Amino acid sequence: MTAEAGGAGVSALRAAGSASSTAANVIEVAHIEKIFVTMRNERIHALHDISLSVGEREFITIVGPSGCGKSTLLKTIAGLIPASAGAVRVAGTDVKAPRKDIGIVFQNPILLPWRTVMENVLLPAEVQGMPLGQARKRARDLLAMVGLSDFENKYPMELSGGMQQRAAISRALVSDPKILLMDEPFGALDAMTREQMNLDLQRIWRESGKTVVLITHSIPEAVFLGDRVIVMTPRPGRITRVIDVPITRPRSLGAMGEPLFGRLTNDIRRVLYELGGGEATPSGGMT
Amino acid sequence: MTAIDPTVPSPSAPARPSRWKILLRTRPELVLAPVLLVIIVLVWEYGVVLFDVPNYVLPAPSAIVIALWRGLDAGLLDRGGYWLHTSITVAEVVLGFVIGSGVGLILGTIISQFRILDATLRIYLVAIQSLPKVALAPIVVLWFGFGLTSKVVIICMLTFFPLLVNSMAGFKAVDLERLELMRALGANPWQIFWKVRLPSAMPYIFAGLDMAAVFAVVGAVVGEFVGAQRGLGTLILSMNAQMDTAGTFSVFIVLALLGVVIHKTLRMVERRVLFWSGEGTRMIGS
Repeated sequence: MTAEAGGAGVSALRAAGSASSTAANVIEVAHIEKIFVTMRNERIHALHDISLSVGEREFITIVGPSGCGKSTLLKTIAGLIPASAGAVRVAGTDVKAPRKDIGIVFQNPILLPWRTVMENVLLPAEVQGMPLGQARKRARDLLAMVGLSDFENKYPMELSGGMQQRAAISRALVSDPKILLMDEPFGALDAMTREQMNLDLQRIWRESGKTVVLITHSIPEAVFLGDRVIVMTPRPGRITRVIDVPITRPRSLGAMGEPLFGRLTNDIRRVLYELGGGEATPSGGMT
Repeated sequence: MTAIDPTVPSPSAPARPSRWKILLRTRPELVLAPVLLVIIVLVWEYGVVLFDVPNYVLPAPSAIVIALWRGLDAGLLDRGGYWLHTSITVAEVVLGFVIGSGVGLILGTIISQFRILDATLRIYLVAIQSLPKVALAPIVVLWFGFGLTSKVVIICMLTFFPLLVNSMAGFKAVDLERLELMRALGANPWQIFWKVRLPSAMPYIFAGLDMAAVFAVVGAVVGEFVGAQRGLGTLILSMNAQMDTAGTFSVFIVLALLGVVIHKTLRMVERRVLFWSGEGTRMIGS
């Protein structure tokens, strides 16, 4: 048990160490802490000593139980909430506020119901003052890429949940950000739509050449999509293990049947169930 | 309809009654509602004759229709006719409604953009909203005279609060996820207001307008009761004084029609602006 936790600590440190060594890192998170103070003046330690670096065109998945701070981590990278301590750097500059080179996909599509699909996809372009003719052309290409070409003049309520989320992905990509942050984007979809979306997302990622950080609570989804899987555990939210996924791309759904896939998901499961048990975790393993 | 016509020739005979039957089964109210109206009018008409009810207590529907016809048959500027009075009342309603609800909407919008303003003013606004403001009509007439102004002011007082309170509620109810999305896109407050807050508040604002429209007509009539030289309210008062109950009822019909026209106009605008808020039912239906 102690040896296991120590090993997790080492691999987390390795993730931190590689942050400073590689020049091509697009996202660098160094020792961030996040403490929320609730209305009743209780302090919640949401993130503890998180260090992480993501290289260009890398696909990182973050998996963990609810309450482990993974959404908080994503929002901190996005500049939506400030860290209590530590530094977040994206493309070499400190993140202080939301920025144009980051696109976000939330768990809910959050399409504006009074706008057509096209108008929704164009929203970031309007807000950021991009030339609209150019943006429209790009939006059309993106909608074609996600298979929504015939729906650009429909309203969100005429689309299925999966289609709405595809539109949201197009919206996140319309301003051509370097980075795509996805916060449990497929959590509300049924299992089959979800697998299809995983395949589509892999294709979109390969075609667009973005750096992706995706949060999920599905272990198979994390392994299927990620180049590396970051395993987080709660109280306080921290990185417990970083697991490389050496499965060749493009991965088909059949990859889920391979022994390596099974071994990786089992590894993650073991980490989560052994350490997610609660207070038994030796927190000293992290230092 | 026209597309089906060419197929009519031979199979039309069995097809037509079945369509009626389907209509009866799916929307029976389309048939039952008019039937109910006819029954009520007939019972009223003959009940009044049967029980020998005096005309000044309850006139027969036919007497009301005759009174209505007489009123409408008059010249546009005829003081005894309905056109002059209707135009005065309509002018009061439109002016009061536009000014009152407009000011209410603007103030509600401004107040809800600033948390301190909202928190400070809310208790007073809610308190004032629950006051019976028509009770102030005599004072308003005292201040502003018997002319158009006093009626417009009364209607403004009545239509102001539904818009103020509803727009405040609407801006408060904006989906936080939408705001976070806009923040993530780096939108400035102005963009967030026009692209998300205002459209999100629209269903509440229209609910306020619906309420205000009803209050506007009430305000006009009450104002005219209290003190006016022209308008449908004064017409009712003078008819009542002459025990012309049929006339009173006929003016009531004019007022009801006025209310329906205002309501329908609002619904038409609402359907264009809020096409998205029917949660799909309207889109599928169309």
